Amino acid sequence: MNTFLDKYNDEIQSILAKYPEDQKRSAVMPLLYLAQREKMYVSEKDMGEIGEVLGLDSTEVGSIVGFYTLYYDKADGRTRIQVCTDLPCALRGADAFAAGICERLGIKLGETTPDGKVTVEGVMCLAACDKAPMFQVQNGDGLSYHENQTVESAMELIEKLK
Amino acid sequence: MEHILLRHRDIPNINQLDVYMQHGGFEAFKKVVTTMKPEEVVEEVFKSGLRGRGGAGFPTGLKWRFIDKNNSPRYVVANADESEPGTFKDREIMEGNPFQFFEGVMICAYAVGANAAYNYMRGEFWELAYVLDARIADMEKAGLLGENLFGTDFSLRIYNHLGAGAYICGEETALLESLEGKLGQPRLRPPFPPSFGLYGKPTIVNNVETLANVPKIIENGWEWYKSIGTDKSPGPKIFSLSGNVEKPGNYELPLGSTFRELIYEHGGGITGGRAIKAIMPAGASSAIIVANDKALDTPMDYEQVQNVGSLLGSASIIVMDETVSMDWLVQKTLHFFEHESCGKCTPCREGTYWMTHLVDDFVDGGAGVEKVELLYDVARQIEGKCLCALGEFSIQAVLTGIERFPDDWKEKTLKSEAPVTA
Ligand SMILES: Cc1cc2nc3c(=O)[nH]c(=O)nc-3n(C[C@H](O)[C@H](O)[C@H](O)COP(=O)(O)O)c2cc1C
Ligand code: SF4
Ligand code: FES
Repeated sequence: MNTFLDKYNDEIQSILAKYPEDQKRSAVMPLLYLAQREKMYVSEKDMGEIGEVLGLDSTEVGSIVGFYTLYYDKADGRTRIQVCTDLPCALRGADAFAAGICERLGIKLGETTPDGKVTVEGVMCLAACDKAPMFQVQNGDGLSYHENQTVESAMELIEKLK
Repeated sequence: MEHILLRHRDIPNINQLDVYMQHGGFEAFKKVVTTMKPEEVVEEVFKSGLRGRGGAGFPTGLKWRFIDKNNSPRYVVANADESEPGTFKDREIMEGNPFQFFEGVMICAYAVGANAAYNYMRGEFWELAYVLDARIADMEKAGLLGENLFGTDFSLRIYNHLGAGAYICGEETALLESLEGKLGQPRLRPPFPPSFGLYGKPTIVNNVETLANVPKIIENGWEWYKSIGTDKSPGPKIFSLSGNVEKPGNYELPLGSTFRELIYEHGGGITGGRAIKAIMPAGASSAIIVANDKALDTPMDYEQVQNVGSLLGSASIIVMDETVSMDWLVQKTLHFFEHESCGKCTPCREGTYWMTHLVDDFVDGGAGVEKVELLYDVARQIEGKCLCALGEFSIQAVLTGIERFPDDWKEKTLKSEAPVTA
């Protein structure tokens, strides 16, 4: 029995339809997003079941999870606040902004709040350099951008997400 | 001047299909499918002189000529990975003027005989991908995508595909591997994608901005296009301006506009009226330019930026003011490349690791100048030994930061200060 396939059958079929029939493997990335939707990480079981759908070994699926930064193989905070601290944003105060958020939450960059809800991390350029300071929020529902932020506006949003 | 690419700045709601069509949208696509031979389309684009906007500046029409017509199916893949630090133009095109980009994809597909096209977007463009899925559905409903278009035997589908956070997937062969569901690691080349691309089939990979130029070339003719910009670098270009400037943002200017025009006329000059110190014209991958008068008066096109010791690349112009120290800057770029090295070849994987440690020791750890000498040597050893250009990119800021700004690497007793950013 494949619980992943049972649960998301319609979505899985419409994803598979985008690629040639003999190239199912192309669907591995969208399927991983699907598996991550509810709990924000991909379990060993998910990897095995995705492998089954695509005719791949679960270790191969695991290597994809390991390679790409937006997939996770363990549970951290359910919501990730990903502040861009790359060069162009840093020139516009992103490091101080990230430190400000962390201070308010009582954690260091890269850490998760004690209640396990929010992880704050520094990430590379997100193609929004003219709207620094900015961050994206990643949770099971996907990703959203928040631009031209202050520590105040960011904290307001984070409180809502908690 | 009216925008040719960022037309949403002149025409409200052009990201809606009916508005785009009211302003001549898809006339060019209809014209090529119903009245032109594929080869004629390729020749029109070739004669326009359009060069790839993804970084390398390769002539687009020439790439299309290389498509292997003896093998099928053939594919078009739009490169919407946009991950070079300082680059944010493709995102604006896809948000503001998406149909012009898609029309470019469609004309390209007709020109090379492809019946399927993929738009590979970086995973962070998640929300945008959903919007673009809806735009594609609009085009299907309007009969612009699907079977037997305009009553001919040409059929075409477009699919969006999201990556998941890996800069290397902007490199075209790594992108194709990723789209095939594998690790995003570059292939050995040759063969090149026009003969061996997606699923081993002939494939054209073009940048989003490159493709957005194509409908306008068909609409107005190659002579019109060639009259914009410079002789060898024709056309408009979107310059992504970031860093210590008053008005960061995208600016569409003819190729050959000077750094001074971009930074001072359009960008409002340096934040707080401070002095300019350095420019990176191609994002974090750039050789750093000393921003003296000669540099500021240099026309920005694929040839002339080389005269001041750098490359135009994707035209992601990062500006640094006098408070920015190059050791701090190089630490930022090295952390980026160390994180993004795909690990396939040793000089890049090990080299970016060691360079990052050395620069950290110097900037944060109070280590002496001998670390800087070592850093420089390691960078020199990486040169020319990497499988793809990422390895080469990683040493540009290191070498030029040290060579061109020696004062920023003096022995320090205190930790380097981050630049003033207010
Ligand atoms: C490390 C690396 C990253 C790249 N990133 C991108 C990118 O994000 N977008 C892009 O269009 N081209 C990128 N390129 C260039 C592509 O390999 C390729 O040249 C380009 O997509 C071709 O399209 P064009 O001819 O229209 O520019 C990158 C190249 C390298 C080596
Ligand atoms: S140069 Fe770096 S990024 Fe390119 S293939 Fe080698 S390890 Fe990967
Ligand atoms: S550097 Fe932060 S979005 Fe580009």
